[in-house]
Amino acid sequence: MKISDFNQTVSIDQVGIEERVARLNSRSIKKESKVQALKLALSMVDLTTLAGMDTPGKVIQLCQKAKEPYAGLPQLPTVAAVCVYPNMVSVAEKALRGTDINIASVATAFPSGMSTLEAKLEETKKVVEDGADEVDMVISRGEFLKGNYSYVYDEIAAVKEACGDAHLKVILETGELQTYENVRKASDIAMHAGADFIKTSTGKVKPAATQPVTLVMLEAIRDYFYDTGRMVGMKPAGGIRKAKQAIQYLVIVKETLGTDWLTPDYFRFGASSLANDLLMQIVKQKTGVYQSADYFSND
Amino acid sequence: MSDDQQTADTIEEKPYKPSSPSSKLNFDGVWEYDDAPQSTEHAEVKEQYDLYIDGEFVAPEKGRYFDSVNPATEETLCSFAEATQQDIDKAVKAARNAFENEWSELEAKERGKYIFRLARLIQERAREFAILESLDGGKPIRESRDVDIPLAAAHFFYYAGWADKLEYAFPGKKAEPLGVAGQIIPWNFPMLMLAWKIAPALATGNTVVLKPAETTSLTALKFAELCRDAGLPDGVVNIVTGAGQTGSTIVNHKGIDKIAFTGSTKVGKIIKESLAGTDKKYTLELGGKGPNIIFEDAPLDQAVEGIINAIFFNQGHVCCAGSRLFVQEGIADKVIQKLRDRMETLIVGDPLDKNTDIGAVNSEQQYNKINEYLELGVNEGADMYQSSCQIPEEGYFCRPTLFTNVAQSNRIVQEEIFGPVLTVQTFRTAEEGIAKANNTPYGLAGGVWTDKGSKIFKVGSKIRNGVVWSNTYNKFDPTSPFGGFKESGEGREGGLHGLYPYVKLR
Repeated sequence: MKISDFNQTVSIDQVGIEERVARLNSRSIKKESKVQALKLALSMVDLTTLAGMDTPGKVIQLCQKAKEPYAGLPQLPTVAAVCVYPNMVSVAEKALRGTDINIASVATAFPSGMSTLEAKLEETKKVVEDGADEVDMVISRGEFLKGNYSYVYDEIAAVKEACGDAHLKVILETGELQTYENVRKASDIAMHAGADFIKTSTGKVKPAATQPVTLVMLEAIRDYFYDTGRMVGMKPAGGIRKAKQAIQYLVIVKETLGTDWLTPDYFRFGASSLANDLLMQIVKQKTGVYQSADYFSND
Repeated sequence: MSDDQQTADTIEEKPYKPSSPSSKLNFDGVWEYDDAPQSTEHAEVKEQYDLYIDGEFVAPEKGRYFDSVNPATEETLCSFAEATQQDIDKAVKAARNAFENEWSELEAKERGKYIFRLARLIQERAREFAILESLDGGKPIRESRDVDIPLAAAHFFYYAGWADKLEYAFPGKKAEPLGVAGQIIPWNFPMLMLAWKIAPALATGNTVVLKPAETTSLTALKFAELCRDAGLPDGVVNIVTGAGQTGSTIVNHKGIDKIAFTGSTKVGKIIKESLAGTDKKYTLELGGKGPNIIFEDAPLDQAVEGIINAIFFNQGHVCCAGSRLFVQEGIADKVIQKLRDRMETLIVGDPLDKNTDIGAVNSEQQYNKINEYLELGVNEGADMYQSSCQIPEEGYFCRPTLFTNVAQSNRIVQEEIFGPVLTVQTFRTAEEGIAKANNTPYGLAGGVWTDKGSKIFKVGSKIRNGVVWSNTYNKFDPTSPFGGFKESGEGREGGLHGLYPYVKLR
C-alpha cells in the first residue's frame, strides 16, 4: 500500500466545498424517502453522554433509551451505540449486555489529548478490557499544527494496536484545525494509520461538526477507498440536533460515497439530543401531527 | 527553445484513454428520493397568445398561430402568434412613435423608475416565471428558480441604476439613444436573455421590438403583462413571436436602428451579411466550445464539481458551456473516475421536480441533433461513457455523456453540440493546454483550475476567450461584461460595457 507524503498538501477550495454543500442541501426529501431517512438516521446515532457530572444512573437511563427509543413505536430501530467516558464503560456494559448495541468509550485523555502516550495506551487497553466495542480517541492537535505529522501518525497507529479487536474512531477536532486543507491532511493521516472511523469533533470545542468539514472528510475517505479499496467510516459529532440536519448529512453521504456507506457500520451521528427530534419527526410522519416534546424522554 | 515548447509542438501523439478503476462506488438502491414536484397552481398558461404591440395584445395580421411543445411530455402547451411583415411594421412604428414622442423625452430618472418597477415585479412573480420557464423550455426548476429568474431581475435592477447616471458612464460625453432596437433571443435562457437585451436598451432611452425563440416564448409574453402592469408607456416594449422568418424580417427592417442577436454562429453570420452596408449597429453573441483546463495542483473534487456544472448546467444548452475538458496527464485517470461517479448521482427527469439536476432537451430538433453527435462520436472512434441513470420514456431526455479517446480533429471536439456531452483530452505542459484550448474558431468562455495564483493569470491571459473563470465556472453577474472573441460574437453585454451598443456618444 502506498502511503501519502503528509508534507504535501491536498488543495481544497473553500468556496467550492461550501457551494457543493449548499447544492446538496437543496435536495427535497419528502414522503416515504423522508420516513426511511429518519429511521436510518436513528439507527446511526451514537447516543452520547460526556459530562463531568455523569452518574451511573444517568448512563443506565441512556442505555435504556438506546434499547427502546420510544415505547409508542416498538418496531423502531435501536441506536448504533452508547458513547460514555472510560469510568462508565462497565456500567454501560452491564446495562447493554445481550443487545446488539455497541459500547463506545472516549479515550486518550479526551477531550484535549494532553497526556503522555503511555497513559493514553493504558487507558485504551482498560476501556477495551471493560467491554468497549469502539474507542473514540483524540489526535494531538498541538503536534499536528506544529507539522509533526509522523508523531500524530505513530500515536494513532499505537492506539489502534492497543484497541485489539475494538473499532477505532479517530477524532480530529476539526474546530481546532483552522483550514479545510488541515482537515483533509489529518483525515489522510488517521486513515493511513489504521482508523476504522474518522470523526469530526469532541463536542467540547466550537465549531463542532459542520457539513463542509464533513464533506471534506468524506472526500478524503473516497480518495482513500479509490487507492486502497478499504472502506473507512465517518462520524460527525456535536451540534447536530435536528432531524432536518441529519437528513442533509445523509444526502451528502449518499451522493459522495454512495449507498454502501448508508449503514451504521460506516456512518454515525455523535449526538445527544438528535435522537429525540428524529423520534418526534417519525411520530409526526405517522400521525400527521406534532406531539409535545414532553412526550419524549430526556435522557 | 525550452523543453516545454518542444512538447507543445508534438501535440496529439496519442488520444487519452482512461484506465479502469479497481474500487467502485455503488449508487444504487437502499435509499431513493421520492418525487418532489413543484406545485404549478398559480402559474396560468393560456391556450393561445397574441402579439404585444403598442401596449396591447393583438392578433397577428395573417391570423396564423403555431404550437409550442412542453419538451418533457411532448404535449402541446399553448400556441403563439406568427408575426409577419405587417405585424413587424406595426411594432416598429409603435416603437418609433414611443421613442420620439415619449421615452427619449422622459427625464432619465423617470426612465429608471420604470425599470426598477419591472425588476421588482419580476421578483414578486418570480415563482410563476420560474414554473413557466421550466414548463416551456424543459430546464430544471432548481435552475429557473435559483438562477434564471433572480439573475433576470438583477439585470433590470442593475441597468435601472444606470439610467440617470449615463454622464458618469461616459465622462465628458453625451450619450444619446439610438432609437428602435430589434432584439432576437435564443431558447436556452429565455427570460434571462430578455433581461440582458431589454434592460440596457431601456436604460439608455431606446425602445425595443423583441422576438423570443419560437420554442420558448411564454415568459416573454408574461413579461409583456408586467410591462402593462408597470404602466410602461405604450410601444416602449413590443414582443413579437415567430420563427426564423420573423427574425429575418426584423433584421432587414428599415425602421430599426440596432440589432442585438444571441444565437448560433451560423445565423449570426447570415445576420452580419445582411447588415453589411446598412447603418444599423449590432451586437452578436454566438456559439462556443469552451475549454476547461484542469492542472494537477487544482483542488480536484471541487474541479470535478466545476466540470459537471460547466457542461451539464441547463442540459448543456449554454453558449459558454465548458464542453472541452483538458486534464493534465498525471491526474487524468483520477479525474475521469471522479467524473463518472459524480455523473451517476445526477438526476435526469421531470423539470418540475425540485430534485432534478438535468431536465428535458429543449426541442425535438435539438434532441435529434445531440443524438446525431453521439452517433458521430462513436463512429469517429471515441469511447462513450453515459451515466446509468433512469430517464423518462416520454419527452426529450438525454443522458449525461462523456467521450474519451478523442482527437483534436474529431468533429465532436470541434463543433458546438449544445447538449450534455463532454469531450476529454489530456495535456502535459501549460503551453500544450493553451494551444489546444485555443485551437477552435470559437472564443466565448473557458475555465482554469489550479491552486497557484500566478498560473491562473499566466494561462488565463493566453486563452482567447471573452470570459475566463478560475476555479469556478458559469458564474454570472449583471456588473460583469460578457461576450466572445473570434466566431463567438461581437460586442459585450452586461456591465458598463453593455451600455455602449445602445448609445451614440457626442
